[in-house]
Amino acid sequence: MDKIIKKDKDIDRVDGVQKVTGAAKYSAEYDFPGMVYGVLATSNVTKGTINEIDTKAAENAPGVLAVITHLNCPPLPGYKTTPEQEKLAATKKGYKVFADNIVRFNGQPIAIVVADTFERATYAASLIKASYTKEKYNTDFDEAIKSTTPLEGNNFKEYVRGEANAWKNAAVKIEAEYRMPIEVHNPMEIHGITVVWEGDNKVTLYEKTQALSSTQQNIMRSFGLKQENVRIITQFIGGAFGSAFNTWPHSMAALIAGKKVGKPIKLMLTRGQMFNLVGYRPEAIQKISIGTSPDGKLVGITHEATAMTASYNEFTEGIVNGSRSLYNCPNVNTIYKVYPMDLSQPTWMRGPGETTGAYALESAIDEMAYALKMDPIEFRLLNYAETDLERKKPYSSKFLKEAYQLGADKIKWKERNPAIRSMKEGDWLIGYGTGSGIFSAWRGAAKVAAKLLPNGKMILQSGVTDMGPGTATAMTKLASDTMGIADRSITFEMGDTNLPPGPMQGGSGTTSTLGTAVFNVCESMKKKLAEMIKDNSIFHTELVHNVKAEDLIFENGYMLLKTDKTKKISYAEVIKSAGLTEIVIEEDSKANPMANHSAFSYAVHFVKVKVHSKTGVIKVDRVVSAVDAGKIVNEKTAESQIIGAVVGGIGMSLMEEGLIDHRYGRWVNNNFADYHVAVNADIPNIEVLFVDQPDPILNPIGAKGMGEVGIVGFAAAITNAIFHATGKRIREIPVTADKLI
Amino acid sequence: MINFEYIRASSVKAAIDALAKNPTAGFIAGGTNLIDLMKRGVTAPDRLIDINNLPLKQVTETPAGLSIGALAINSDVANHELVKNKFPLLAMAFAAGASPQLRNMATVGGNMMQRTRCTYFYDTTMPCNKRQAGTGCGAMEGYNRMHAIFGASNKCIAVHPSDMCVALAALNATVTVSGTKGERKILFTDFHRLPGDTPEKDNTLLKGEIITGVTIPKNSFNKNYYLKIRDRASYAFAVISVAVALEVQGSTIKNARLAMGGVAHKPWRLTEAEKFLVGKNASPENFTKAAELAMKGAKGYGQNNFKLKMAPIAIVEALTKAIA
Repeated sequence: MDKIIKKDKDIDRVDGVQKVTGAAKYSAEYDFPGMVYGVLATSNVTKGTINEIDTKAAENAPGVLAVITHLNCPPLPGYKTTPEQEKLAATKKGYKVFADNIVRFNGQPIAIVVADTFERATYAASLIKASYTKEKYNTDFDEAIKSTTPLEGNNFKEYVRGEANAWKNAAVKIEAEYRMPIEVHNPMEIHGITVVWEGDNKVTLYEKTQALSSTQQNIMRSFGLKQENVRIITQFIGGAFGSAFNTWPHSMAALIAGKKVGKPIKLMLTRGQMFNLVGYRPEAIQKISIGTSPDGKLVGITHEATAMTASYNEFTEGIVNGSRSLYNCPNVNTIYKVYPMDLSQPTWMRGPGETTGAYALESAIDEMAYALKMDPIEFRLLNYAETDLERKKPYSSKFLKEAYQLGADKIKWKERNPAIRSMKEGDWLIGYGTGSGIFSAWRGAAKVAAKLLPNGKMILQSGVTDMGPGTATAMTKLASDTMGIADRSITFEMGDTNLPPGPMQGGSGTTSTLGTAVFNVCESMKKKLAEMIKDNSIFHTELVHNVKAEDLIFENGYMLLKTDKTKKISYAEVIKSAGLTEIVIEEDSKANPMANHSAFSYAVHFVKVKVHSKTGVIKVDRVVSAVDAGKIVNEKTAESQIIGAVVGGIGMSLMEEGLIDHRYGRWVNNNFADYHVAVNADIPNIEVLFVDQPDPILNPIGAKGMGEVGIVGFAAAITNAIFHATGKRIREIPVTADKLI
Repeated sequence: MINFEYIRASSVKAAIDALAKNPTAGFIAGGTNLIDLMKRGVTAPDRLIDINNLPLKQVTETPAGLSIGALAINSDVANHELVKNKFPLLAMAFAAGASPQLRNMATVGGNMMQRTRCTYFYDTTMPCNKRQAGTGCGAMEGYNRMHAIFGASNKCIAVHPSDMCVALAALNATVTVSGTKGERKILFTDFHRLPGDTPEKDNTLLKGEIITGVTIPKNSFNKNYYLKIRDRASYAFAVISVAVALEVQGSTIKNARLAMGGVAHKPWRLTEAEKFLVGKNASPENFTKAAELAMKGAKGYGQNNFKLKMAPIAIVEALTKAIA
C-alpha cells in the first residue's frame, strides 16, 4: 500500500504515539488492588429451560469467590417488569442476564464465576453443569422463512411511491435475488469491562462503549442508581463497528458479580463469545426488480428484503431505504420482512442496513446496465436524483456526480473494455466494477467545554468515545483552525461521563454533531476574547474604537486587527492581564432537525479484480473510492476511515460468513482460523478521493459523515467486477474460488 | 484448574525416558497447535516435556541428500540456501503455510504432529470420533467444505492440515524416530495414516517414540511447484494444494512426483498419475489425463463436492506452472 500522504494542513493522530507504544489503555487493562476476574459459563443447548444447575464443584474450586446464576442473582430494580412490559411480544421483551431460567440461544450465559485469577475462574466455569428441558428450535434462516411468520408492526409496512411493482410493465426489466450470510464485527479488541463498586450505590466502569450516555442511563435504570453515582470511562476502543452500543449481558454480569463480591472485577469475552454475545449483521435474502424505458430511464424499482432477528429482540435496520432515494425513479416500493430465530440478537454493523441493501441494489443496477448495454456509470448518471423523492425535499448538498467523475477518471474507467471476459493479464481474467453507497448525514445535540489557559493552550472536553476514526484528532484540528491555536497546544479530553455529555460515536454523526459544538464553543471563545479587549488601546485606530470579533483575525494564538495586522495581542496576554487563571465556556449545541432538506453522504467505489482463469482464485488488484462526505476536516484520518471500510468490504464480499450447525444450533466457525477476515496479503492499493465540498445546511463546519458510507456499495463493486471478468453473476456472498470454477 | 507439570529434556534419551515413565505426558516444541488444543480442552497432557533444548535443529547436506532435525524451525528450513537451491518444492510449501509468526515458532516435527483443524474436533460439545472415539462424526453430514475426498472412512472425513508434509511426501522423505527400543525409520508416506476405524490415531508413531529428524533423498527434479488454493491470500489452510516435482528432459518427463494437501487424512500421493506421466510429453493433454487418473476413488460429502471439480484443475495448473 502507498504511504498515507499527509496533506499540508493535516495533523497526525493526536493519540497515535500512545496507541503504537502501548500507553493507550483499553477497558480490560485497568488494574486495581484486590482485582478479581469474572468468566461466563454458557449453555450448550439452543432453546429450553434450565432444570438444575450444579455449581458446587465450581464453588469449591480453588480461588472461587462467587458463582452467580438465575437462582441466586440479587434482585435488580431494572429487572422488575411492569404489566405493560408483560403484554409486549416476545421479540420486544429483550433478554436480561440471570433473570430467568430460559435458554434463548446456544452459548447464552447461564452463570458467572468470580475467582482471584482469570485461569481459576475459567477452570471453575468449566465445572458448571446444567440440565435442561430442551425445546424444538430453529437457527436455519431458510427454515424460518418456510415455516414461520415474520414480525408485524410499523417497521414492516410496505413503502410505495407512485405505483407498486411498476417495473413489471417497463420495456426493459430484470429481477434477481441476492443472498448474504451473517457477518460478525470482530474488532481487534475483544469486549472487556472493569467494574469498581464503592459500596452498593456508586460504581465506576471501564467499559468498551460507543455510547457513554446511554450506557450510563442503562446502568442507572438497572441498578436504581443516581446519575452522579455511575461513572463510565472509555479512553480507548480497539474497534467496534457498531458492536459497542448496547449494554450487553456480559457487562451486566460483571456489574452484578462485582457488586456481590465487593471487589474490583474484570471480565473479558473470549473470541468465540464475540460471535454471539455482542451482535452481528443479520443474514439477508433480497429480491430486486428494476424496469426501465428502452433508453434506460428508470420506471420502477421493487426491493424486497428478508432478514432475521432473535426470538427475544426485534432488531430492524434500513435495508431497503437506499433503494428509495439513491436514484431518480418515480415508482418505488419496498418490502421488509424480519423472521425471529433462536439465535442471539443481531445489532448494527458498519453501514447498518444500507450495506446489506446496497449490495443488492447496486448489483441489480449493474445487471440492469448490462441488460441495457449501457455503461454502469452512464446508467447511474442518466437516473441521477437531484432531489430526495422519498422525503420530497432538496438535498442539503449532493456531490455524487463529482464523486463518480473523480473515481472514474482515477481508475481510467472509460479505458476498460466493457465486454465481459474481454480483459486478461496472463492467466488472470481482469474485471472492473463499481458500486455506490448512500448513508444519512445528521447532526445531534452535544455539549463541549473549552478552557483557555494563560499559557495560550486550550483544553476541550466532551464525553464522547473514539472507536478508531480519530475523533480527538478531528476535533483538535477543527479547534485549531477555528481558534487560531496550534494543534499541539490543544488537548481534547473525552471518554468520561464526568465530562459534558457528548454524542454517541456512531451512525456517522460524531464529526457533524460534536464538530458543531466545538466550532460553536471556539466562536464563543473568540467573541469573549474580543469583548475582553474591546477597550484595549492597542487596537484604537482612527476607524476602530471598540473592536468586535468581526474586526479581528485569530491566528497563531493572537488577535490581529484586520485593517492593520501590526496591531495584535496574544490570547495568553489577554488572560494574564485580566488576572484570570482560565476562561471557561460550555457550549450546548442543539440538533439540526433538517426540516427543509435531506442530507446524505455518498461513496462510489471502483475496483479492479483478477480472477484466475483456471482455479477461480480471486484477487482484488486495485480500489479507488471517491467520497462525498462534505468538507473533510482532517484528510489523513479521513482517508484511513475509508481504507478501513474498504478492508471490511473486501472481507464481506470475498471471505466473511458466519456459520451455524443447525443440528446443534451452535457456531462452527467462531474463531479467527475458520472465520476469515481479510489479511494484509488480500489488500491492494486503496486510493481514496474526497470531493471535499462543504455542506452549507447541516452544520457550520460543512462536514457530513463518512465512517458508515465507506463500506456501503463496496461488495457490489466486487461482485460486479467479478461478473465483468468472468461473465459469472454470483448472487451470494462471500464469493469464493469454488463458486467460479 | 487443570494443572500440568513442565519439564525440560536435556537429551533425546532423557525425553524418551520421561515419556516412558508417564504415558499421559506429551512433548512440546513450538507449541503452535498444542497450546490451542489445550486451551480448547481437546487435549490435557498432565506433563509437558519441553524438547526445544535437544540438539535436533540442524539442516545438513548428506551424501544421500538432506537431513533436517525434528526441531528445525519452519522458517529456518524454508530460508536455508540448500533447501531453496536443491529442494525448492519444500521451500515453496513452507512459504505457503501458516503465517510468518507461526513459521518462526513451528518445528518440522511439530508440523508433522499437528492435528486436524476440523471444527467438530475442536468443539468439545460436538461429536467427533477423532477426539472421542464412538461419539460420531459431526462433519459427515455437517460443515465439511474443507474435508477429505480421498481415503476417508465412515468414522472420519478430516484432513491433515500441513503444507510441509505434502512436499515431504512428494519428495519420498523418510522420518527417523527414536523410542525405548531404539531408532527406526518410517517412509514419510507411511507416517500419517488414513482414519479407518481408528481416526483418533493420526500417524504410525508408537507410544513413547519421538521424531528426531527427516531425511530427503537427493533428486534431479528440475521443475517444481507448490500450488495452494485457499480462501484468503495468507494465513489459511489449503482448500486444495498440489506439490509437483518433475524431472523433464527436452519435453519428456523422466520422473514425476505428485502429492495433494487438503484432500485426505494424510498427504495424498498421486501414484497412478505419477506412473502415467513418466516417459510422456509434458503436454496439457497428458496433464489432464494424469489428473483424471488421480481422481479415481474420490468422493464428496456435500459441501466439499466442489473439490471433485477443483482438484483436477489444481493438478493440471500445478503441473503447468511447474514446467512454465
